[in-house]
Amino acid sequence: MSAGDGKGYLSERGWRSWAFTLDHKRIGVMYLCTTIFFFLLGGVFALLLRLELLSPQARYFSNHAYNVFFTLHGAMMIFLFIIPAIPSGLGNFLIPLHLGARDVAFPRLNLASYWVFVAGFLVIVGSLVAPMDTGWTFYTPYSAKTGAAVTTLSLGVFLIGMSSILTGLNFIVTIHKLRAPGMSFLRMPLFLWSMYATSIIQVVATPVVGVTFLLLAAERVLGVGFFDPAKGGDPVLFQHFFWFYSHPVVYVMILPAMGIVSEVIPVFSRKPIFGYKAIAYSSLAIAFLGFLVWAHHMFTSGMSPLANAIFSFMTFFVAVPTAVKVFNWIATLYRGSITFEAPMLYALTFIFLFIIGGLTGPFLGALATNVQLHDTYFVVAHFHYTMMGGTVMGFFAGLHYWFPKITGRMLNEKAARASWALIFLGFNVTFFTMFFLGVRGMPRRYAEYLPKYHSENVVATIGSVILTLGILAMVWNFVQGLRSGTPAPGNPWRALSLEWQTPSPPETENFHEIPLVTDWPYGYGTKKA
Amino acid sequence: MGDAHPAERHDPAVAFESAKLGVWTFLATEVLLFGALFTAYAVFRLKFPALFHAEHEKLDRVLGAANTVVLITSSLTVVLGVDAARRGRMRLLQAYYGATILLAAVFLGVKYVEYGEKFHHGLHPGTNIFFSLYFMLTGLHGIHVLLGMGVLAYVLVMAGRGRYSEEYRTPVEMSGLYWHFVDLVWIYLFPLLYLAG
Repeated sequence: MSAGDGKGYLSERGWRSWAFTLDHKRIGVMYLCTTIFFFLLGGVFALLLRLELLSPQARYFSNHAYNVFFTLHGAMMIFLFIIPAIPSGLGNFLIPLHLGARDVAFPRLNLASYWVFVAGFLVIVGSLVAPMDTGWTFYTPYSAKTGAAVTTLSLGVFLIGMSSILTGLNFIVTIHKLRAPGMSFLRMPLFLWSMYATSIIQVVATPVVGVTFLLLAAERVLGVGFFDPAKGGDPVLFQHFFWFYSHPVVYVMILPAMGIVSEVIPVFSRKPIFGYKAIAYSSLAIAFLGFLVWAHHMFTSGMSPLANAIFSFMTFFVAVPTAVKVFNWIATLYRGSITFEAPMLYALTFIFLFIIGGLTGPFLGALATNVQLHDTYFVVAHFHYTMMGGTVMGFFAGLHYWFPKITGRMLNEKAARASWALIFLGFNVTFFTMFFLGVRGMPRRYAEYLPKYHSENVVATIGSVILTLGILAMVWNFVQGLRSGTPAPGNPWRALSLEWQTPSPPETENFHEIPLVTDWPYGYGTKKA
Repeated sequence: MGDAHPAERHDPAVAFESAKLGVWTFLATEVLLFGALFTAYAVFRLKFPALFHAEHEKLDRVLGAANTVVLITSSLTVVLGVDAARRGRMRLLQAYYGATILLAAVFLGVKYVEYGEKFHHGLHPGTNIFFSLYFMLTGLHGIHVLLGMGVLAYVLVMAGRGRYSEEYRTPVEMSGLYWHFVDLVWIYLFPLLYLAG
């Protein structure tokens, strides 16, 4: 295939053209489809949980089944959806387009990384023969002793981690070495900055969780006792290792979504982004600070009071670069000529919900209130507001924004707005209720609860049904758009970043000629756009 | 690579620089992989100084020292191999890489003898924390030696097929870097486990 044959990257047919493709765009699409599938599957488990919680007593499932469902819900949503969806899906599709490159630095590694990911989830699915009941955190000593298939599951998570490392490594090298002429670091779209910071976290944190799961497997198979007090080991060491990865990974979940919001807001406000450098550097700052706060997950695990105080103090610092971003987005909106297309609705929803999630964080980050709220529904509400209200809404913003570029077709705008309204309403009814449950003391992860919590639980379940309807409507809209949407022009949103300067869908080699970059991509409202 | 993917047809200088950055980044992740185990070592050593002192006496220092010499020598042969490739002498590259693989095999052979001896005396990964660490650290390192042998063997075979030249020898350089990492980890493991009880 020669450069510039004018055909879209989707023109080749047949499963081989997908399974063995080296095209970053196709690999990105494969990741998107895979992760969205797990999002829907994880959602089914969430619905089952909400169904059970309609009554204070265990009614539909046994307590064990309930444990299995919340483990599957959590593990799938975290490891198979939220962590990979934006970086590996949209990131793969967009990074070379944003950079003005023909592909990522290591296309073969990219494909390998996808299939390692698939192998990882197949191992996980295989391990479900003996259902998991540990929660997604696999805390020892229980996980070292339970009859569930923790060993195979650890292997699955290890493989997915490896895939994540390889993807991050590929992106770092791509961003360093393959920028188009004139594309300096300070002319890169902010999505690239967020992906760069994300990749650094993936590369630095993932090996630690990899070896942790390896040790957990060794504990079960070989009887090494690193985490077993009976053998002189220390279960809290597992928690340190686990959170050294899993806290920074919270930022792998959120940073890419912040990158998407930084792209969408200026386009639909027709204003240059406010504080470009501050937003760019704050991504790096979040990545760096994210490594210093892991132990705030362990205030009640018996660390020294000094360590507790230090980690509590450090935790507040992460709020600074995060707030820098939020204030800059709001400053960008100020006096912009704003239009409310679906991507913009989701981006604004991100800001709104993420602020609520963010402001409820300090209650948990502060030592004193944490002791009260630890492992209550307050925590559940808080992380659903940040992860679902933040990351997932950012992801939806990205899906609606780049749908024309990826598929070459436009979405039905009315249907998109209607499904957004259902999602927004359902989300808040479900999770805002949980703040009240948590403050009143309902513990998380219980299949049965005291009757005094009954009415809030019914409200939350009704909310989750509305949310489900909204998501089904959105999926239906995507399918309709794919089948019968009107063909998309190259640049339907009149955006300035490079991916819109090539046809929709882009041809296999992205650009007829590698573009020469002379300015940053945010000159909206000025002479050009 | 005429039939390569378009992205692999960029400027060879850029491709080389990319590969180098990629391998260094990968090695950083490897350091972190071992880093967690080194952290565990520090934690448990502080917790049980007496146990660590008593148990390390059971390791065979002579075999450990011999293996250290073997592995450092293999690092030398790899360097000589990479240097030969830089001068375009592919036969010499093959000879040095062959020697390296042989030395690596000797290393694993000695390890096999050591493990057998420990098992024979009833010392298993589950015996106590010291031996848990010993087997996890040397085991993980052993796996890396094995992987390294695979990488070197691949380069050796490809050199035989005339894939490399003075201009294009990226895989040679990268395999050399990886082998030095494997060697370096052992240089930390040997004193920690065998000498500093």
